[in-house]
Amino acid sequence: MRKTFSKILLAAAITLGAGMTQAAPMLDSIHFLIPGGAGGGWDGTARGTGEALTNAGLIGQASYENMSGGGGGKAIGYLIENADSQSGTLMVNSTPIVIRSLTGRFPQSFRDLTMVAGTIGDYAALVVSKDSPIMSFEDLVAAYKADPRSTAIGGGSVPGGMDHIVVAMAMEAAGEDPTKVKYIPYDAGGKAMASLLSGEIAALSTGFSEAVGMAQAGEARIIGFTGQERVDAVADAKTFTEQGYEVDFVNWRGFFAAPGLSAEKADAYRATIAAMYETPEWEEVRARNGWVNIHNSGDEFTAFLEKQEEVIKTLMVKLGFL
Amino acid sequence: MFEGVMLGLSTALTLQNLLMVVGGCLIGTFIGMLPGLGPMSIIAIMIPVAITLGDPSSALILLAGVYYGAIFGGSTSSILINAPGVASTVATSFDGYPMARAGKAGKALTIAAISSFTGGTVGAILLLFFAPAMAKVALLFHSAEYFALMVVGLSAIAAFAGSGQVAKALMMTVLGLMLATVGESAQFSAARFTAGIMDLQSGFSFITLAMALFALPEAIYLVLDPLRSKTGDGDSGEIKELRITKEEAKSIAPVLGRQSIQGFLIGVMPGAGATIASFLGYAVERNIAKGEDQAQFGKGSVKGLAAPECANNAACTGSFVPLLTLGIPGSGTTAILLGALIALNVSPGPRLMIDNPEIFWAVIVSMYIGNLVLLVLNLPLIPYIAKLLAIPRNYLIPFILFFTLMGSYIGQNNATELLILVGMGVCATVLRFANFPLPPLLIGFILGQMLEDNFSRATNLTDGVSFMWERPMTLCLLILAVGLIIVPSTRAKMAMRKRKGVALGD
Repeated sequence: MRKTFSKILLAAAITLGAGMTQAAPMLDSIHFLIPGGAGGGWDGTARGTGEALTNAGLIGQASYENMSGGGGGKAIGYLIENADSQSGTLMVNSTPIVIRSLTGRFPQSFRDLTMVAGTIGDYAALVVSKDSPIMSFEDLVAAYKADPRSTAIGGGSVPGGMDHIVVAMAMEAAGEDPTKVKYIPYDAGGKAMASLLSGEIAALSTGFSEAVGMAQAGEARIIGFTGQERVDAVADAKTFTEQGYEVDFVNWRGFFAAPGLSAEKADAYRATIAAMYETPEWEEVRARNGWVNIHNSGDEFTAFLEKQEEVIKTLMVKLGFL
Repeated sequence: MFEGVMLGLSTALTLQNLLMVVGGCLIGTFIGMLPGLGPMSIIAIMIPVAITLGDPSSALILLAGVYYGAIFGGSTSSILINAPGVASTVATSFDGYPMARAGKAGKALTIAAISSFTGGTVGAILLLFFAPAMAKVALLFHSAEYFALMVVGLSAIAAFAGSGQVAKALMMTVLGLMLATVGESAQFSAARFTAGIMDLQSGFSFITLAMALFALPEAIYLVLDPLRSKTGDGDSGEIKELRITKEEAKSIAPVLGRQSIQGFLIGVMPGAGATIASFLGYAVERNIAKGEDQAQFGKGSVKGLAAPECANNAACTGSFVPLLTLGIPGSGTTAILLGALIALNVSPGPRLMIDNPEIFWAVIVSMYIGNLVLLVLNLPLIPYIAKLLAIPRNYLIPFILFFTLMGSYIGQNNATELLILVGMGVCATVLRFANFPLPPLLIGFILGQMLEDNFSRATNLTDGVSFMWERPMTLCLLILAVGLIIVPSTRAKMAMRKRKGVALGD
């Protein structure tokens, strides 16, 4: 936290220095509302984005507010209830807002907010232990067909959560009934990894960047991921699509503003974020965190979420969660 | 392993980390001396400070230093004024206080210092050799074994029960298990028992519960019970006769040898911990002592002092084995440490040694350094340390309250946590007045979630509960758990029957 603080100080200093030579920032300030505690994925996204924006001189200053509770629901409710006074606030969120709104866990959905932009994303991946005889997704499907009861697939989310949905998508693409697949939920990535290494589960559904870390450590093998093209960093990791299984999924992270925000203000936010991608400061933050740029602004963002909602909804109905 | 030790040395011997271990030991010793503030409360108070450090190694080294310091400091007040600051030093007061009354306070403190040092150092050596092996064994553990391990941990709560408190300890455990079910679990896609309150969807926060159960009642208790706040009249024994005679040294040497190992093994078992190790150490040494020696127990026996002091420190070190290699808290205190680790984004478990070897080894190396620091602290400072017990409570209580409230708020920035903290804190205080042991509640809460998650994973994987007898390791652990429940209770019954017989004979 001290590091973050000194970085913010540094950022402020740089901004002050830069302010004298550069043009005025696009926005004076942004207040980031983070629906979870310090140190989580949302927290990192908001603080990293704020850091890049201030360092690049695109905004004057960034402030942050952690508001956890209800798995993110409290912050959404707060933003909607206090919309009039929150025009300077951007809330960070990600794929679970779609899933949780579908299951009714959140009384609101992304439609109740002003869509600013989706900024980064991560694909999902299936990995197996390095000692596993399974070399490809096809092998996993074959192993599953041979013995469905003992070919369990684990993940880090609750049943019906993101990791489970990815498993269901992949198995459905392979022509299997996704409800029959044994999905074992773990509450932490470390435990899920331990059980993959101990042979309790045959494969693990996890985020692509995490999977790359495991693969590079030589402990696991990626047998498929949900992007549409291979990624340079791990050129030997195959997409599901190139293996003949149509799976397309992105776990996005992005920003929302209070409902009823004026069109000018919303466009100013979108323009600021769009300008961020061109800066070396953003590239530094992005590379440090291993994020993938997946930029959807305004209406594109809405269309993207509606499409994702449709896909997830269909699957969740099939899985019996809706 | 040599490489690991070097890695640990290079991490632990940085200026910052040395300051952490010295600072942690000092803070732990001084606060631990104040009657009623145990390692759990002190660590809970220190967690926000440690998290602010940002570096997990430094944070864990600081907290571990606080942990040893607190156990150590507790023995000082146990001996001098018969007020154990820490549950695990209750047994220390059995013989330490009589020694102090007899004018041998200095000697008693010296024996306590040396016993603690021995226990802690032997424990650290055992940790060095066995922890890596256990980390490998850990990968043989499936959800079924973890479930059985949690049952063993839960059954060990029986030892918290004390005499005639079995029902109370069980009730607290069940209450803890119930609290653990509130909110979303990893196994179900629905929130349970939230009464429609959105803030309860993610369940009770661990830090809030820990603060509410330990630190807050402590402060309230100090206000409500002024008698207990009396810090003694200061003349509880002049500190003289620091040295130990050769005979005494000879008589405690085998005790230290046995209790270092026994204490460590008890500490390794999840759910046991320093308190149980100290009582068992005292009981075992009393049982195997002969004639006159045995009669001395409770009246100022050097063995009776050395045994619990040595065992509780060895157990503290031992409890780091399941914490670091399995990610399982071996005691209430390590449970708090586990919470701190998770808050620092370190997930303890079999992967810790692979993912963060510098954290793992730095902690082990800092244990040696910590023990040395404690010895250096205690021997020459003994007379001065005792004076600190006279700090007026008027200054202490607001300090505790401030850190308690801050601790539960700082991580989440959620004001509802404060309401939960205060509400639970008041309930916990009432329970304390009614003489309910609170550690089982917290252990039940922590183990409850893991118990349920592992149970449902295991049943899901094997399509039923057959894993309980089909997997040999699971079966062994479950039998061990049954044994841990049955043996002490039947022994207690037999002892009671014996006592009754004696009484009838009279």
